[in-house]
Amino acid sequence: MDNAHMNLTLKVWRQKDAKTAGKFETYKAENISPDMSFLEMLDVVNESLTKTGAEPIHFDHDCREGICGMCSLYINGHPHGPKRAITTCQLHMRSFTDGETITIEPWRAAPFPVMKDLAVDRSAFDRIQQAGGYISINTGGVPDANAIPIPKVVADEAFNSATCIGCGACVAACKNASAMLFVSAKITQLGLLPQGQPERYRRVQTMVAQMDEEGFGNCTNTGACEAECPKEISLMNISTMNNDFLSAKLFRQEEVHEVQHEG
Amino acid sequence: MSETKQTFNSSLGKKLIMALTGLFLCTFLIVHLGGNLLLFCKDGGYSFNMYANFLTHFPPIEVVAYILYASILVHALYAIILTTKNRKARPIGYAVATKAPASWSSKNMGLLGSILFVFIVIHMGDFWYKYKFTNTVAFKEYRTNLATGERTEAAYTPEKADFEHSQSFDGNTEIIRVKDLHARVQESFSQLWYVALYVIAMGALTFHMAHGFQSAFRTMGWVHRKYTPIVEFIGTWFFGAIIPLGFAAMPVVYYFMK
Repeated sequence: MDNAHMNLTLKVWRQKDAKTAGKFETYKAENISPDMSFLEMLDVVNESLTKTGAEPIHFDHDCREGICGMCSLYINGHPHGPKRAITTCQLHMRSFTDGETITIEPWRAAPFPVMKDLAVDRSAFDRIQQAGGYISINTGGVPDANAIPIPKVVADEAFNSATCIGCGACVAACKNASAMLFVSAKITQLGLLPQGQPERYRRVQTMVAQMDEEGFGNCTNTGACEAECPKEISLMNISTMNNDFLSAKLFRQEEVHEVQHEG
Repeated sequence: MSETKQTFNSSLGKKLIMALTGLFLCTFLIVHLGGNLLLFCKDGGYSFNMYANFLTHFPPIEVVAYILYASILVHALYAIILTTKNRKARPIGYAVATKAPASWSSKNMGLLGSILFVFIVIHMGDFWYKYKFTNTVAFKEYRTNLATGERTEAAYTPEKADFEHSQSFDGNTEIIRVKDLHARVQESFSQLWYVALYVIAMGALTFHMAHGFQSAFRTMGWVHRKYTPIVEFIGTWFFGAIIPLGFAAMPVVYYFMK
């Protein structure tokens, strides 16, 4: 492996808070190891910013192993950078070339307001999830796994949808800032499994209603979300959601508000 | 009622309306192309004029026609509503445009649709409006000898201003007097700019169909490993190639045959 260190120019979106207008600032990232992750490279830049007394660049991160969904960053026109099927924390500097200029922007969507610099408020996703992205089991122990048989293909499909980490890259990539890939992944995951069946048609209606209320755009089946998703969630999920939603609304007459939840 | 309203006001409900009106317009393309292929009959416009006369004087067709016009308007209106909402969902854009791989058609449905809408307005203004609401389309008289099948044609000037069409018999000869839309078509298709407009519009149709047809199926949730490739094939080759080529051939052939 080439261990020659790299020098990069970063164009980073800086914004004091949600109310202040932001702008791009240019920084030099020098002596960067190609084996560093993208976030580690930002750590290095922040270290030097801190030493000069400047405000470090704020960005979201947590597990740094690609499973928590906390990191974001729209890097050179790609959510989570140019590599396929990884999050920003799994992106390494060897994916860039020495001397390159890298533009780093926050997710851009009205329901994801910038809080500071590159960190956006993604609580809209939490509210959608709270609107129905769960199963209600209020009592009793966990049934034995062999008591609820699930065909392997169904389990696999549900698991594929369940790999969504809710990072919001789909919204960031979509030309319409639509959240339908995220919402449909949750709906499909739960709707496929027996535990999710009782609330299947209620869930799709409440989650879609919350998604609309948050102000996300509308899917035009362009497929940018699927291409940019770090977990490769398929566009097929959106069709499954459409099918469930229309089936609920047009043929099942689900009384969404009849169901009352306790505690 | 409020539930119905709620369904169609939701994001997915609006998309359903786009899909249903879009697919209805697709079925119309088949009928319209099929009928208009009569333009290629070398019979002095007899078949085409008879067909145009039938379409405008057969009540069930008239009803479907008005549903069709409504569908065009609803499809365009909902496109504007959805696009406005989509724009509002991203008030601040990116400095670096997205590099996600996505087909050109899928990203430019609004532009393609706008070209088609302008085309439809000009097209309907020139034929449908003039045919139905003005006296600018001349009449033609076809005399067919029922024994031999021989047909002669001549210009006809109606005696009454509200004359529409007539069929009468003179011994063994059938006399049919109809509006000569065929002549109107010949006249329009002899102008280069008009031919160019048609060809450009059909180019736009190609790309609009390449994305739109399969997208409508996705919106309705009709996606299947087995059938979706067939839907995509039909959208690309039948609606995206054969239909626009068929339509574009009409002005091009008439222009060069004049």
